[in-house]
Amino acid sequence: MLSRFLLIALFTLPSISEAQTKYFTKKGQISFYSDTPVEKIEAHNKRVTAILEKESGKIEFSVLITAFEFEKALMQEHFNENYMESSKYPKSTFKGNISNIQSVDFSKDGEYPLTLDGELTMHGVTRKVNEKGKLIISKGKISASATINVALKDYNISVPSVVGAKIAEIIRVEIVIPQFDLLKK
Amino acid sequence: MKLFCLSFIALHLICIPELNAQDLLNEIEGDDELQHVRASFKNPKVINAQSLETTHAGVLDFRISHRFGRLNGGLYELFGLDQASLRLSFDYGITDRFQIGVGRSTYEKTYDGHLKYRLLWQTEGSNKMPLSLVLFSTMSVNTLRFPNLTYERTFVTRLNYVHQMIIGRKFNTALSAEILPTIVHRNFVLTSAEKNTVYAIGGAARYKFVQRVAFNAEYFYVPEGQLAPGFTNSLSLGFDIETGGHVFQLHFTNSPIMIDKGFITETTGKWSKGDIHFGFNISRVFTMKQPKKPKE
Repeated sequence: MLSRFLLIALFTLPSISEAQTKYFTKKGQISFYSDTPVEKIEAHNKRVTAILEKESGKIEFSVLITAFEFEKALMQEHFNENYMESSKYPKSTFKGNISNIQSVDFSKDGEYPLTLDGELTMHGVTRKVNEKGKLIISKGKISASATINVALKDYNISVPSVVGAKIAEIIRVEIVIPQFDLLKK
Repeated sequence: MKLFCLSFIALHLICIPELNAQDLLNEIEGDDELQHVRASFKNPKVINAQSLETTHAGVLDFRISHRFGRLNGGLYELFGLDQASLRLSFDYGITDRFQIGVGRSTYEKTYDGHLKYRLLWQTEGSNKMPLSLVLFSTMSVNTLRFPNLTYERTFVTRLNYVHQMIIGRKFNTALSAEILPTIVHRNFVLTSAEKNTVYAIGGAARYKFVQRVAFNAEYFYVPEGQLAPGFTNSLSLGFDIETGGHVFQLHFTNSPIMIDKGFITETTGKWSKGDIHFGFNISRVFTMKQPKKPKE
């Protein structure tokens, strides 16, 4: 009995007490592109928050919807008012894991492919997603990027038929973290 | 043994909060920045009255407004459609808070110009700034040829001014309301029963009952003793329909005049008698100056 407890204690305690190394940014970038023959729409957000736990591979993103900037002010207003309903759903988040974090050698320069599993919440809808990205280590600097495709109907974002030809059904979303900084407690 | 078990459990309990700190984001998210409330109204104009909105920076808003004759003109006048009064206008956003504009109306062949500045801007959520306050100032010039008069009229008698405060709030995504304390000054009035300076107060609201379509109402009250008998308060009801770059506003009003001094102090129609005019505004925006692209 005692030995069993000891065993469990031995295995669990170190993992609990070990401090996680965390990296974060508040200057991540998310851009999205809607390409149709009629109109090309793009928007950029340069105030994306992200945090990464080095040992566990846990990663989370948070995006303020109103911080997306469009070429046309009215588009931005409609994006917030009619499509994303940003006063009801001010933020989009991704919470997940880098399943192959073990393959990243943080001390060695290089480009490491990543596999991400998690939940993407947008416009009040949460969906499981599985995406690919990459992590780049260069002279101790950590940066990351990923490109994902988002189908509007998956997140209950409806496009009225009058403007249907102007807005793509599947939106390309590019995520770039120019630099992760070490989170100091 | 028991002691060990207890201490082990205790140790785990202490560690639970650490384990439960699942929401990594909480560790770095500070206070959210203040966000300005946008789109209290779909357009810088409610119907005739100014709304809490201004044209966005670098955006030109071209609007064509029509008011037809009175519905009680009957079939002979095709319910007013035989007569039309027009206003063309260009409004431009110098910044997100400051708009300038010019217009030309059929009514008294009037040219008008205005300045509109947002002094206070309602903020999202935290209620740091619970309302918006917008200042509006317009001048108009009547350019009708003077009739042969027994007295001389100078250019100055053609000028009229309206100064207004627009105080309002977007209560939720659907409902916004505002009040508009107003001073109208007309350099020239026809009878001594009319005051040159008229104080009035307006009220307006919009209710967005489905995405892209809103119901609007506005009313201007002029306290007694400032206007000659026969002049009435302006009441307008209408809908905003939004399609991409256009906003269509369709409405019914007892005032066919689209400039501020006109609908506030020179309305003669009565809703109760059927002196109701159908009208529409079409607003089309053009982006003249694009906001700076984020630097890579």
